[in-house]
Amino acid sequence: MVAELFQQYVGVVVATVAGFVLVGAALFANRLLAPRQATRAKGLTYECGMLPIGRGRLQIHFRYYLFAILFLVFDIEAVFLFPWALSFLDVGAMAFYEMLLFIIALGFGLYYAWRKGVLQWR
Amino acid sequence: MTGVGEVAAFWILATITVGSAVVVALVRDLVRAVVALVGSFLGVAGLFILLSAEFLAVVQVLIYAGAISILMVFAIALTPRSARDNAETAMRWLALALALAMVGLLIAVATVTEWGPQAKEGFQETASAIGEALLNRYVLPFEVASVLLLAAMLGAVVMVRED
Amino acid sequence: MTLLDSWWDLRDLGHAVAAFLEWLGDRGVPSWLPYLVSTLVGLMALLLWALLSQLFFIWAERRLLARIQVRLGPNRAGPFGLLQPVADALKVLSKEMITPRGADKVLFWLAPIGVVVPAIVALGVIPFGQRMVLADLNVGLLFIVAVSSTATLFVFLAGWGSANKYSLLGAMRSVAMLISYEVVQVLALLAVAVFVGSIRLGDIVSWQGRYNTWLIFLQPLGLLGFLIASSVEVNRTPSDIAEAESEIVAGYHTEYGGIRWGMFQMAEYIAGFVVAATVAVLWLGGWTLWGLEEWVPGWLIFLIKLYGVFFLFIWLRGTLPRLRIDQLMGFAWKFLLPLMLLNVLLAGLEMVVWKETEAPAEVVLPIWAVGNIAIGVGLVVGWALLMGHLRPRNRPARSLLVREVGQIYYRPLEEV
Repeated sequence: MVAELFQQYVGVVVATVAGFVLVGAALFANRLLAPRQATRAKGLTYECGMLPIGRGRLQIHFRYYLFAILFLVFDIEAVFLFPWALSFLDVGAMAFYEMLLFIIALGFGLYYAWRKGVLQWR
Repeated sequence: MTGVGEVAAFWILATITVGSAVVVALVRDLVRAVVALVGSFLGVAGLFILLSAEFLAVVQVLIYAGAISILMVFAIALTPRSARDNAETAMRWLALALALAMVGLLIAVATVTEWGPQAKEGFQETASAIGEALLNRYVLPFEVASVLLLAAMLGAVVMVRED
Repeated sequence: MTLLDSWWDLRDLGHAVAAFLEWLGDRGVPSWLPYLVSTLVGLMALLLWALLSQLFFIWAERRLLARIQVRLGPNRAGPFGLLQPVADALKVLSKEMITPRGADKVLFWLAPIGVVVPAIVALGVIPFGQRMVLADLNVGLLFIVAVSSTATLFVFLAGWGSANKYSLLGAMRSVAMLISYEVVQVLALLAVAVFVGSIRLGDIVSWQGRYNTWLIFLQPLGLLGFLIASSVEVNRTPSDIAEAESEIVAGYHTEYGGIRWGMFQMAEYIAGFVVAATVAVLWLGGWTLWGLEEWVPGWLIFLIKLYGVFFLFIWLRGTLPRLRIDQLMGFAWKFLLPLMLLNVLLAGLEMVVWKETEAPAEVVLPIWAVGNIAIGVGLVVGWALLMGHLRPRNRPARSLLVREVGQIYYRPLEEV
């Protein structure tokens, strides 16, 4: 019941805390063992040993944003598909066709993106 | 929701959620604001688990902390440097008043509503129940959601294509 | 699977813990203490196993890669180089953690933590045996994916936080790769959920035990997609663009020194274990082995499968050349994603037909297995032909001399 649910998630919480403890221990061990001397040369950006050329940030391409949106849309589609996968057998044969419609709608979007050439990485 | 553990968990998660949200509003750099927002998302996921809505919790983490946060940082990286400031604006007191009014309204609604019996006891198996609901009763919103997602994809493609 | 009723039954280590907790409970401790103690014991064992496996695999990977590349690999630090990972760890711990001057200190410090912790949390859901799970969640499958996806943002923050253009570029590319292949991963997992009807990892293993089959036979296309997508997710060759030494120095973790870099490596290995464990649980039968788990401990079977999958990853790393970013992205969106969608539809169709015809499992499952393998092979080859990947290229039948190669620039080479 609900109490069992919470008992399961105690494991998750303990694992998270343990992860943080492990990371903290690693950082602490490094703090103990390693030298710490921040000189000016060490703080420079690394560009294969040469002096840095140009400004600090570069302008990123808008293509990354498109892929992020496509990823978001397909992620949400997968999220809709998971409850379907767990219950479509109990609902009946109609459920399969409903999901078919869903996937076709999004497949059309993918096809459109493909044909418009935006999936090509330049 | 009984037991010391659940109450303690609730208060910890509530502190994380609200604290992260306050940090989002107050911090100066936008990318740090997004990181704090991710903390808020994780807190909300924990609150979903306390309400025994497991599926919603993992979906919250998957979609919000996994996809929408990345979308937001990409959008921030694409905005020019001059527009990328989370500094205080002239409208901040009005915004604070509106936020408090919203909080008051939500608290009033939450305490007055007659929640169903299952909401008080907790659900057994949320994912398949959501599936059955989506396929039986709410099949029209389900298909409309697919059209909505299609519209989002088409909009993104139109925005980005180079002809 | 019938377990003996005694705590020293090695086949299920959870039994020993349960017996210990009963002993504790008889002593009259508060009711929440046994659960906390069992969780802590399980967690200690899990972390110990993860770290020891990681040490072993650092050594194994370097030796195996060396043998594949016809050289020896580390053999100086200890017998057969077995202490090499220890030496590596000590070296990494004693290096200075330099922070670049223009770096965003909070994000720079937060990124390695945010990459390691999700990997460790995802380890908690994996069933090592029948009662050896830290947290057998009802939504275990989605949990692994969800937790791994939070690490993606921190990869970006690693690149953004170091004030280095090439770090940022590497981070953006890496994030683009990660998000593209995450869709493929989730859809491959979805097909398994369609077959089993549950997303609880313990249920999936029980399903495979009950029908005495492995899901690899029923979902070969899904496994292929998941393996490829996962090797990209953990940034392994052939897709380690972000961290390849000859590409962009070290991509998003160029500016990280000391244990911060070590944490990125640790995250990669632990994420690799999580992925290999997911493959072993979902497609290779978990801790079942067609009934052999009566005699051999289930966790031993599971670990052998896990290490086998990880060995496959190492093998791929030694054999395949690195792919370019545009090849990778095109492969994900144009090849794997449609195939995974078709795979899900196919799985759904098969389950509907099975339910409608009410045939027994022994008849239906072999048909589905043969059908799925055939359709999988057919889809891969057919889609590749459709995309124009398998077109025969014009290539000369004999090798060219330098003189002839020079002449290509002046007149085209005759088709041989």
